[in-house]
Amino acid sequence: MRESVAWLILFLPVASFLAIGLVVRPFLNRWAVLAGYLTVVAVAGSFLLSLVALRATLGHEGPIGWPSHPWVTIGDFTVRVGIRLDSLTAIMLVVVSGVSLAVQIYSLGYMRGDPGLARYFAYMSLFTASMLGLVLSSSLLLVYVFWELVGLCSYLLIGFWYHRPAAAAAAKKAFIVTRLGDLGFLLALLYLFFHRSTFSAQGLDPFDIGHLHQAVTAGLLSGTAVTWLGLGIFAGAIGKSAQFPLHVWLPDAMEGPTPVSALIHAATMVAAGVFLVARVFPLFEASPALMHTVALIGGFTSVFAATMGMVMNDIKRVIAYSTISQLGLMMLALGVGAYTAGVFHLFNHAFFKALLFLGAGSVNHATGTFDMRLMGGLRRFMPWTYATFLVASLSLAGVFPFAGFWSKDEVLTEALTKGEPVALLVGVLALVGVFLTAFYAFRALFLTFHGEFRGGAEAQVGAGDHGANGSGHGKAHLAESPLVMVVPMVALGILAIASGVVANPPGVLGPVPSHWFAHFVVKPGGHFEEVPFNLGTAVLSNLLALAGIGVAWLVYGARRMPAERWTVRPVYRVVARKYFMDDLYERVMAGGLFYRFLCGVVDWFDRVVVDGTAEAIGWIGRNAGKPLAWMQNGQVQAYAGAIGLGIALILIVYMVWR
Amino acid sequence: MTLHDLFLLWPATALVGTGLLLIGLDLLLREKRALPAVVLAGLAISLAGAITLWGVVEREGPQVGIFGTLRMDAFSLFFAYLFITATALVVLASEPVVRRLQRWQGEYYALVLFASSGMMLLASATELITLYIALELTALPLAALSAFGTDRRSREAGVKFLILSAFSSAVLLYGMVLVYAFTGTTHLDAIGRTVFQTPLDWSIPLGSWALLGGVVLIAAGFGFKISSVPFQMWVSDVYEGAPTPITAYLSVASKAAGFAALLRVFSTAFGLGALQEQWSLLFAGLSAASMTVGNLVAMAQNNIKRLLAYSTIAHAGYILVGVAAVSARAPDQATIGPAGVLFYLAGYTLTNLAAFFGVIAITAQIGGENIEDFAGLGRRSPLLALAITLSLVSLLGIPPTIGFWAKLYIFGSAVRTGLAWLAVVGVINSVLSAYYYLRIVRAMFFLPPKEDAPLRASPSVGTALAFSAGGVVFFGVLPFFLLRLAEIAARIAGSA
Repeated sequence: MRESVAWLILFLPVASFLAIGLVVRPFLNRWAVLAGYLTVVAVAGSFLLSLVALRATLGHEGPIGWPSHPWVTIGDFTVRVGIRLDSLTAIMLVVVSGVSLAVQIYSLGYMRGDPGLARYFAYMSLFTASMLGLVLSSSLLLVYVFWELVGLCSYLLIGFWYHRPAAAAAAKKAFIVTRLGDLGFLLALLYLFFHRSTFSAQGLDPFDIGHLHQAVTAGLLSGTAVTWLGLGIFAGAIGKSAQFPLHVWLPDAMEGPTPVSALIHAATMVAAGVFLVARVFPLFEASPALMHTVALIGGFTSVFAATMGMVMNDIKRVIAYSTISQLGLMMLALGVGAYTAGVFHLFNHAFFKALLFLGAGSVNHATGTFDMRLMGGLRRFMPWTYATFLVASLSLAGVFPFAGFWSKDEVLTEALTKGEPVALLVGVLALVGVFLTAFYAFRALFLTFHGEFRGGAEAQVGAGDHGANGSGHGKAHLAESPLVMVVPMVALGILAIASGVVANPPGVLGPVPSHWFAHFVVKPGGHFEEVPFNLGTAVLSNLLALAGIGVAWLVYGARRMPAERWTVRPVYRVVARKYFMDDLYERVMAGGLFYRFLCGVVDWFDRVVVDGTAEAIGWIGRNAGKPLAWMQNGQVQAYAGAIGLGIALILIVYMVWR
Repeated sequence: MTLHDLFLLWPATALVGTGLLLIGLDLLLREKRALPAVVLAGLAISLAGAITLWGVVEREGPQVGIFGTLRMDAFSLFFAYLFITATALVVLASEPVVRRLQRWQGEYYALVLFASSGMMLLASATELITLYIALELTALPLAALSAFGTDRRSREAGVKFLILSAFSSAVLLYGMVLVYAFTGTTHLDAIGRTVFQTPLDWSIPLGSWALLGGVVLIAAGFGFKISSVPFQMWVSDVYEGAPTPITAYLSVASKAAGFAALLRVFSTAFGLGALQEQWSLLFAGLSAASMTVGNLVAMAQNNIKRLLAYSTIAHAGYILVGVAAVSARAPDQATIGPAGVLFYLAGYTLTNLAAFFGVIAITAQIGGENIEDFAGLGRRSPLLALAITLSLVSLLGIPPTIGFWAKLYIFGSAVRTGLAWLAVVGVINSVLSAYYYLRIVRAMFFLPPKEDAPLRASPSVGTALAFSAGGVVFFGVLPFFLLRLAEIAARIAGSA
C-alpha cells in the first residue's frame, strides 16, 4: 500500500468539506441536498480505502511507518507530519468511516428540508476528516491539532440550531469543559517540547508516537516525568471522553441533531480519549500509579454515569449517560492493562451505540419529542426501529451472544482475574455497572416501545427536561421512518449482533481465524496472549444483565411494581439533579468563585488598565496624526525639506553620540 | 559585450523588447484586448530566462558580466522571480483600468515592463553607476504611470513623485560621490575591500566622516525608494492619486527593488569591518521610526488607499529589522537577517497585492474608497470579503498566512543578532496595527451593507486576487519551500 492512499482517506472528506463550503453553500444552496450526496460519496470512498488500509495492515508485522515529512523548521526544531498505520489505526479507520457513512446516509432522511442542510454536511465532512486525521497522524502535535478540530466540529454541530438558546449554551459548555482537559494535553506537549534535546540526542523526535514509545522503553524519561506526562495526556482524554469529573458536557450535547449525537457523541469523537490513551499505551504502562488512576476513574465513571442514566426522562440523555458509562468501562480496561479488550469494546460499542442514537432519532421523527413519558407503544408503528433498538439494547446490556457481550466479558475477566486489589475493585464496579446498564437500557426500551402511546409532542406542555422538540419535527405522525433512515439502522443492527463474535470468535469461524481481533490488535511492543474464556464471569455477568432487564420489566414493562411506589425520594432527587455536579460547576465555581471573584478582579483590571491603555493609544492615534497631518500638507517643498532635515538629524545624532 | 553578457541580460531584455513591441502593436491593432496577453507572454519569456539562469548559477556559481557591473546570482534571480510575479499580477489587475483609457493603452503596459526591467537590473547591479542608471530606469516609468489616471489627483501624484524621486536620486548620487572619493572605485566589492582595509579614524574631519556621510546619504536615497521614515512623506499623496494598480505596484515591486539594491550595496560594499555596526544601528533606528509612525498615522485614516499607504510604511519598518539584523557580533548568523528580508518581501508582495486587488475590485463598483464603503461586504460578496480578510490577517501577521511566518522569522533574526529591543518594538507595533486592519474586517462582516446588490470582481482582477490570496494561504501553510529559496539567495548575498 502506498502512502498516498492513506493520505487520500483523510483528503476525500476534506475535499467534500471544501467543495460544500466554497461552492455548494455560496452558489448552489438551492440544491443543498447535493452537499449530502457529496459527503456520502466522499465518506464512502474513505471507507473503502480504510478497508484497503486494514487489509494492508493485516499482512504487516508492527506499524507501517512511512518516513515523516518536514513541515516547518524553526531554529533547531522541525515539525514533522506523517502517518502511522498500525492495527489500532486500521480498526479506528474502519469504525470512523463506517459509522460516519451510515450516519451520513441516515442524515439524508433525518435532516431533509432543514434550511441549514449544506452547513450541516460541511461540518460533518470536516468532522469526519478531522477524526480520520486524528487516528492517522504519527505526530502527537498533529494529533493535538486534529483533537482541537474535532472539538471545534463538535461545538459547531451541538450548536447547529444556534437559534435555540439551549443548543447555544450546550455548545459553549461542551467547548469550555473539554478545553479544561485539553489544557493538560497541551502541557504534556509543552513538556515534550522543552525536553526535546533528550530525544534529539538519541536521534528521536519527541512528538513522534513511535519514537515516544522507544524513549519510554529505553528509559529516557524518569518515572516522575512519565507519570506527569501521562496525567496531562489523560486529562485531555478525560475531557474528550467525558469521564468524571468532566462528564457534565456530554448529556447537554444532546441538543445537537441526533445523527450528530450518534456519530460524534457516541461512536467516534468521545472515543478519541480512549484512543489517545491506547495510542501512547507504553507510556501509561510504565507507571503503575498512572494505570491505577486510569482504572479507578474509568471504574467510578462507569457506575456513576449509569446511576444517572436510570432516572433521566429524555431518551437521548439516557443513551448519553450510557455512553459515558461505557467509555468508563473502556478506560477501566486500559487501566488494568487489558489493551485488546478495551479497544475491542470501543469497536463494538461504536456500532450498537450509534444504532441506539439513530433509533432515538427515528422515534423523534415519528413523535416529535425525546421525552419518554410521552411515548409508549411505538413497537406497533415502528417495527424496524423497535427491532434494531432491541438488538442494540441487548448488545449494550452484554447479553450472550450479542456483540457487547464478547468485549464486556473480556474486560470483566481480565479485571477480575488479574489478582491485583485495584483491578479486583474496578472489576466489581464493572459488575455493578452491568446490572445498572441492563436496567436503564430496558427501562428506555419499555417506556418507549411498550404500553400505550401517551401523546407525543402534542401532549408536551411543561413536560420534559429539555424543553421544546429536539429537531423541529414538531408534530406526531406515528409511522416507520423512511427507507433512507431504516437501511443504515439495519446495517448497524447486523453489526450490533455480530461484530463481537465475528471479529473475535472463540474458534475458527469460516474465513475468520480464531481470536482474530485479539491477534491483530496487540499493544505496541506486546504480543498475543489469549484470555481464557471464564465461564464463571460469563454466567455471572449474564445473570446480572438478565436481572437488570427483569427488574426493568417488572417496573416499567409489566408495571407490577410501579416506580413511584418504591422510589426513595431523597436519593432520587440527588441522582436526578446529577449529584449537583452542574450546580457545583455553574453556581459555585463558574458563578461564584470564577465570575464574581476572579472575573471581578480581571474586569477591574480590564476596565481601568487595559481599556485605559487602549483608549490612550486610540487618543494618541487620533491626535498624533494631527501634527503629522499638518506636515503632510501636500507641498512638495515640505516633503523635500523633511528628507533634508531627516538626513541632517541622522548626521547630528552620529556626531553627538560619537 | 559578449554573447555571455546578452545571456545574462535575457530576463531584462525580454521585458524591454516586449515593451517596444507593445508600443508598436498599439499603433497597429484596433482591438486592444490582446495587449495583456502579449505582456504575459513577454513575462513568460523572461521567466524562462530566469529559470535557465538559475540552473546555470546552481551548476557554475554566480555569473559576472558586462565589465563586472552585473552579477547574476541566486539573490538577483530571487528578485527576478518576485518582479515577474508581481508584474504579472499587476498587469492582470490593470486590465479594467486600462480598458477605460482612451489612448496610450500600449504605453501603459510598456511602461510597466520598462520599470520592471529596471528593477531586475537594480537587483543585479554591482557597480554604483550601473546601479544609479537602473534606479532611474525604474523611477521614471513609475512617475509616468502615476500620472496615468484621468483626474487631477493623478497628475499631481505623478509630478510629486517625479520631483521627489529626482531629489532623492541627487542625494543618493552625492552619497556615491563621497564613497568614490574615499575609495577611488565604483565597484562594490572593491569598495568593500578598501573599507575593510582602512581603519576608521574619527579624528580626521574628511576621513572616516566623509565615508560615514556617504553611507548616510546612500541610506537616505534608498530610504526614499523603500518609503522609510523620514523619507516617506510622498507616499500617501502618490498612493492616493495614482491609479490603484500602479499604487499596488509601487508598494510592492518598487519597494522590493529598493531593498534589493540596499542589501546588495550595504552587504557587499560596507558589509565588513567596523562600519557595519554603524549602519546596523542606523537602520534599526529607521526601522523603529517607520513602524511607529506608519502605524500611528494609519490609525487615523479613513481612506483605504491612504490607510494602506501608511501600512506599507510600517511594513518597510518591519523589513528594515532584517536589514539591521546583520551583526558583526554574530558572524555565524550573517545571512539570517537578509534571508528574513527576502522571505518577508516575498510574503509581503503577495499579501499587499491581494489587499490592493481587493480594493480595486470594490472601488471599481462602489466608487468610494473609505472604510465605511466596505460595510456589509461579507454579505454582498463573501469570497471577495474572504480574500481581503486573508490579506489583512496576513498583514497583521496571524496564522495560517504567510505574514505570520514572515514576521516570526524576521523578528527572530533580530533576537538572534542582539537586537531584541527592536523585535519588541516590532511586536508592539504589530499589535497596534490590529486596530486599523481589524476595523476593515469589522466593517465588512459586522456592519450592515448600504445596499444589497452583490458585488462581482471583473474576471482578470478576480484571477489576480485569487492567485495572490491563494498564495498567502498556500505559503502560510507550507512556508518552507519559499523559506529555503530565500535562505539560498541570502547566503550568496552575504558572502559576496
